[in-house]
Amino acid sequence: MKTRYTYGGDEHIYVEMDDEMSLDAFFKSLSMSNAVREAKIEGVTEICPANASFQVRFDPDVIAPKAMLKKVQELEHKAGDAEKRLKTRIIEIPVYYQDPWTHETLMRFRERHQDPSGTDLDYAARINGFDSAKAFIEAHHAQPWFVSMVGFVAGLPFLYQLVERDKQLQVPKYLRPRTDTPKQTVGYGGCFSCVYSVRGAGGYQMFGVTPMPIFDPEQKQSYLRDFMVFFKPGDIVKWKPIDREEYDRILGEVEADTYVPRIAEVDFDLEAFNADMPGTNAKLMEALNVA
Amino acid sequence: MSLKVIQPGLSTSIQDLGRPGYFHLGIPIGGAMDRFALRVANMLVGNPEGAAGLEVVFMGPEIVFEKDALVAVTGADLPAKVDGKPQEGWTAFEVKAGQTLKFDFLKSGARAYIAISGGIDTPPALGSRSTYPIGALGGIEGRNVQAGDVIPLGEAEMIEPGLNVPKELRRLPDNPAELRVLPGLYWHRLTPAAQEGFFDDDWTVALEADRMGYRFKGGKPLEFVGREQPFGAGADPSNIVDGCYSYGSIQVPGGLEPIVLHRDAVSGGGYFTLGAIISADMDLIGQLQPHTPVKFRKVGMDEALKARSDRKKMLAAVRAHLG
Repeated sequence: MKTRYTYGGDEHIYVEMDDEMSLDAFFKSLSMSNAVREAKIEGVTEICPANASFQVRFDPDVIAPKAMLKKVQELEHKAGDAEKRLKTRIIEIPVYYQDPWTHETLMRFRERHQDPSGTDLDYAARINGFDSAKAFIEAHHAQPWFVSMVGFVAGLPFLYQLVERDKQLQVPKYLRPRTDTPKQTVGYGGCFSCVYSVRGAGGYQMFGVTPMPIFDPEQKQSYLRDFMVFFKPGDIVKWKPIDREEYDRILGEVEADTYVPRIAEVDFDLEAFNADMPGTNAKLMEALNVA
Repeated sequence: MSLKVIQPGLSTSIQDLGRPGYFHLGIPIGGAMDRFALRVANMLVGNPEGAAGLEVVFMGPEIVFEKDALVAVTGADLPAKVDGKPQEGWTAFEVKAGQTLKFDFLKSGARAYIAISGGIDTPPALGSRSTYPIGALGGIEGRNVQAGDVIPLGEAEMIEPGLNVPKELRRLPDNPAELRVLPGLYWHRLTPAAQEGFFDDDWTVALEADRMGYRFKGGKPLEFVGREQPFGAGADPSNIVDGCYSYGSIQVPGGLEPIVLHRDAVSGGGYFTLGAIISADMDLIGQLQPHTPVKFRKVGMDEALKARSDRKKMLAAVRAHLG
């Protein structure tokens, strides 16, 4: 990993921890962006952590770009020394895979896809060496995921699966982005899963939909009362496959503002995880059983 | 007291100077595309510079006033009429209760700003009245202005009409427009020939040009430095591991058509960016119509900061002029 510093115009400094994705790069980016936040540098207006990079927006009338860059660079050692441990939460997100609404949408945009003859899931299963969509879905939800970035549009989480690199699922984005994606679609692009927080354009493959709102400016759900955006970087997610019946039941609760997602407080230790991935994941998922 | 919208125009939205602080959650700063024009419009009618006004794209709305107010229209040259009587741009004029504000066809520029004394007083969302339709935030119910809307106004500090900003203190892009770019971000992904070609080529504004971003076409496809794509980036050479996007950053999906992200930018994604438009030229982009010829010009940080300071001086000159 070699850190790269660059300017984004005269108001941003962009720091890339690594050009490839890994949890190590994510942790380094998170702790360094935290160090920048804690340093309370005058002139900083926004700090945006991403998967393996982060960005600082500043007011060049308050602090010159060169001085700003130097201050950020000086904090790199703190990121290296930081403990790779997080007090976080694991959340169970219900997913209705192969639902009728993303199916209708993916058929509508078929000419923009690599494989117009099948569905996004059939394609993803085939190129990842699975013999059926069912087996691919199993691989998608069996092990938990880590929220490594929130952004694109309002509150959309990017998720990275907690498995060895050779078990990571990878799919390309659509050849040309769609102009429409149903709200709360569970999507996939590169090595990242995502949940489309709102309806709109998108280029990720579509696998299913969750009935659970994750962004609501009206903050009607109990778990969105503190803030309108549900996810934050460092959250851990376990997808739970559901059928139409359960989807409708949860949707009923959502409409009555009574839906309560399953959430448990957990610790995540990167070194423990690297030493024993199945064991660490099993423990994380057990926490949900008592939630 | 309020305004009644008879016709909304093409895409009219309530905007102020935006909501900083939530980009890390994918909620962009938003606010007026041409911030200079909004500030000046507000000054002309005696409002604080950051008061909320209307951002009008290409085609003006038709609005009935329910109380007397001072109004100023700045930015694009979109001639205003009160009950049919033409009004000067960049000048404060009176509209009496019951009168109608309408507009002629657009003459130049792309976005006009309407400031009304007292400012628009819709409920702020995350500290701003700016409309962000994707996130249903700000404006009226998080959307653009519609026919039938009743827009509330704040308390006005009454000043005399007639204040005017002279031509030399207005700012609109030249034709062809020049946009200054500070190379950076993933600039190293381009071959030297592509780096040069981007600045040599003649571009025009494409039809896909809105508050999120402006697309340009007409230049040669950009070639990338060959590499094995990093894990998680995606197969296309223009892909990166999804990262943050800067305001004004220039992404070129597939190396084909550059897109400059603007006030309602997506906060991140998986396309390489070759640098960013300098902050001093962001306002100009909001005034570009589709098909306008554009040249990108490469600058260094010193020139970017000098341009930024020139813009501040111009704003200070307007303040001094208006007393």
